[in-house]
Amino acid sequence: MNKTNQRALFVITGLIIAVSLFLFLHSGDLKLLNPKGLIADKQRSLITFTVLLSLVVVIPVFILTFTIAWKYRAANVSARYTPDWDHNSKLEAVWWGIPCAIILILGVVTWTSSHELDPYKSLQSSVTPIHIQVVALPWKWLFIYPDQQIATVNYVRFPAGTPVDFQITADAPMNSFWIPELGGQIYAMPGMSTQLHLMATANGVYGGSSANLSGRGFAGMRFNAEATSRADFDRWVAEVRRSPQRLDDSAYAALALPSENNTAAAYASAKQNLYDTVINKYMVPARAGNGQATVMP
Amino acid sequence: MLGKLTWDALPHDPVVLGGAISLVLGAISILALITYLKRWRWLWREWLTSVDPKRIGVMYIVVAVVMLLRGGMDAAMIRAQQALSVGSSHGFLTSDHFQQIFSAHGTIMIFFVAMGLMFGIINLILPLQIGARDVAFPFMNSVSFWLFTVGMVLVNLSLVVGEFAAAGWLAYPPLSELAYSPGVGIDYWIWSIQIAGIGSLLSGVNFLVTILKLRCPGMTLMRMPVFVWSVLVTMVMIIFAFPILTATLAMLSLDRTLGMHFFTSGFGGNPMMYVNLIWAWGHPEVYILVLPAFGIFSEVVATYSQKKLFGYTSMVVALISIAFLSFIVWLHHFFTMGAGADVNAFFGIMTMVIAIPTGVKVFNWLFTMFRGRVHFKTPMLWFMGFVTTFTIGGSTGVLMAVPAIDFQLHNSLFLVAHFHNIIIGGVVFGYFAGLTYWFPKIFGFKLNERLGRYAFWCWIIGFLLAFVPLYILGMMGATRRLDHYDPSMGWQGLFIVAGVGVAVILLGVGFQLLQLAVSIYQRKQNMDVSGDPWNGRTLEWSIPSPAPFYNFAVTPTVSSRDPFWAAKKHKTSLPQGEYQDIHMPKNTPMGLIIAGFTFAFGFAVVWHIWWLAGLGLAGAITSLIIRLSDEDTEYVITAAEIKQLDQQARAKGKLA
Repeated sequence: MNKTNQRALFVITGLIIAVSLFLFLHSGDLKLLNPKGLIADKQRSLITFTVLLSLVVVIPVFILTFTIAWKYRAANVSARYTPDWDHNSKLEAVWWGIPCAIILILGVVTWTSSHELDPYKSLQSSVTPIHIQVVALPWKWLFIYPDQQIATVNYVRFPAGTPVDFQITADAPMNSFWIPELGGQIYAMPGMSTQLHLMATANGVYGGSSANLSGRGFAGMRFNAEATSRADFDRWVAEVRRSPQRLDDSAYAALALPSENNTAAAYASAKQNLYDTVINKYMVPARAGNGQATVMP
Repeated sequence: MLGKLTWDALPHDPVVLGGAISLVLGAISILALITYLKRWRWLWREWLTSVDPKRIGVMYIVVAVVMLLRGGMDAAMIRAQQALSVGSSHGFLTSDHFQQIFSAHGTIMIFFVAMGLMFGIINLILPLQIGARDVAFPFMNSVSFWLFTVGMVLVNLSLVVGEFAAAGWLAYPPLSELAYSPGVGIDYWIWSIQIAGIGSLLSGVNFLVTILKLRCPGMTLMRMPVFVWSVLVTMVMIIFAFPILTATLAMLSLDRTLGMHFFTSGFGGNPMMYVNLIWAWGHPEVYILVLPAFGIFSEVVATYSQKKLFGYTSMVVALISIAFLSFIVWLHHFFTMGAGADVNAFFGIMTMVIAIPTGVKVFNWLFTMFRGRVHFKTPMLWFMGFVTTFTIGGSTGVLMAVPAIDFQLHNSLFLVAHFHNIIIGGVVFGYFAGLTYWFPKIFGFKLNERLGRYAFWCWIIGFLLAFVPLYILGMMGATRRLDHYDPSMGWQGLFIVAGVGVAVILLGVGFQLLQLAVSIYQRKQNMDVSGDPWNGRTLEWSIPSPAPFYNFAVTPTVSSRDPFWAAKKHKTSLPQGEYQDIHMPKNTPMGLIIAGFTFAFGFAVVWHIWWLAGLGLAGAITSLIIRLSDEDTEYVITAAEIKQLDQQARAKGKLA
């Protein structure tokens, strides 16, 4: 490495670190690092732990790379030169061993955290969970509250501090249901029902979206998830029940047609077992008329 | 008569029309230039009909470089749209066009840039490194290349006639099924990579046999250069992985053309099966691309450190274990599909285990430099860029291998940053290093160092500017493939920085093109007269540059690793036998003709022009039978001729 290269290297590395730091500190809300949910919080700790653990290898690699490159540059003729030295069992054992040890630790963490944070696992809480059924439609989200008998579009509300059991399907191509501040995502697939258990630890409005490409209007599949007090939630349910709209068969058929950038909507009632009907639509080939998905324009 | 093809297939949208016109004008001007220079005969005889792996390798690389420009323009359009399309502004692309662009970007960069560079470099160097005159099946090699080109032409044709897929580079059903994507875009996608994929599979067989059967006397498996090992392992992976791709695409095309239900959402179809299958190919594919790059770095680091590669056996063991593990990690691409905790944890842990052999390789490279004499020529700069970026990419990969973490990062821009970190830092930097390193062996002169350094710095700075913001955006909850977002997200600043990064990378590509032009212009000053410009270690440096069409005048015999280095050290030359008659394959246009018929078939199936499809398929099969029935496919260079040619080539080196 000659002098100009060296100087360029230092200037550029410094510049990039400065720019990255600036961006990191001045960028908007780093949602994954500012979780507002029980699951997201545990996922944040797991991210921090794994990053620190991998730094055990990354930092030595960086130091080794630049010191070796500097010391053994061709111009430095005083450095030791052993052109035929190509093997050292002890050294090689070290760098097979250290990564093995790290991966062993991380493997154990992976096993336990996969089970602990399994999205299908109900959350331990003294509070009775609230059930919400989610249907990904082209290109909006339908939320059905089977116990409250109401439904909403692109807006979902639940009490903070209460476990929320989401059951998720799609009447559309595959989507992914994600509220980053509350926890990780899960796919929404036609003919399938997936589950996600989340709990907000604070009141607030948390943005959600579809993380998986599902066609033309997918970028507009945003919704707000609002965590409120129990009383506010009950008041809101009562209010929705007074809404003029009802989600019967024809209203659902109209809603399931492709549309983009939908605003929030609320339905005073939802048809009984609508969620199961949506799934079964793809399950019964004998009823061919219902089996095929709607052809999009 | 013309199936679904009507005048409506031509572009109407002004942006698409602009792209289509520039593509057509570009093609016409190239054809006009060839005509003006009266180079058609030369092109036909020397290149298009050639079965010389060095010529085929160069053609692969030319296609890959042109496609790199196309894919780079796609990248620029993606980031420009995302920097502009905020709130009330909707940018300059419709969402449908935007989705076509990122689908094309991924498809082109993986199948026609990375794969093209990989097969290009393998063609150029592999036979030379094992002391062979040719590949095992020279004609099949030509067919492979031309099928690859057919795939490339189909993707680009979709810009002018019809549309491209808008379902992402892996076209997940049910979105890619007829119900949701009734246009021809998905069919273009299917048939372009189906045809190119068959070419890749044929190449896999070809190079596997070449390595196993055509090594020169004395070159045992454990004396092969590590690049050859990496190719051997990669070809085995191709042979296992590519049939999965072929079968999966075949099923998807049956769904779309014959109304079957492998992957539809209703009628018993199962889209999740497609996702499993495509990644059962797709994950090994990532390693198929990166292992040869590891092989290249193993050569580059040893040569420029003027020292033996450290831990050869470890390197080989690491390559094989990476290859094996790469087949049992595919599920990590969809932890979020709802498999149980046991399944997710298994695939997560297997994924992390890959980090062990990969880490070992990094340490071995570093200890190859340790106590060496490291010359920081451009290929070594690419290596330094690789180690630093790849280490970061590897650790973000380990991060996402923890399923509970992946639920938060999956399909976010963090993921996008991660795999670009691996593919640019690992694959692309590796192939650039290889191209610079072996360039003189193929063309007889070296590439300009200064412009190469400029290109490197643009790439590395551009890379960091383009992808560090994406890591941060991912942490902010930004998902991939969004053509529009709300200003309240606070993403725009970072998207603008990322866009600037893409521009800096493209500046780097500009420097590389300039480097090529300047190097050709100044080639007289940069001639590689010795045939060994870097004080190399392996067989390819023992012959004159540019490598003659017969590669080795006399087949070398080796008795150790790094045979040429050993010979130089002992101040001897490699053991030379007597000149003997050489059988060389004759050039043939049949590869090109078969590809022509295959193109007709592919285009016809896309547009449901069934008579033409039948004609194309029948033509391709008939041409193949005609060629395979031809017994007169070789010619002989006599011992006397070869002696004369060899002495001329060597004398030229000494005289110049």
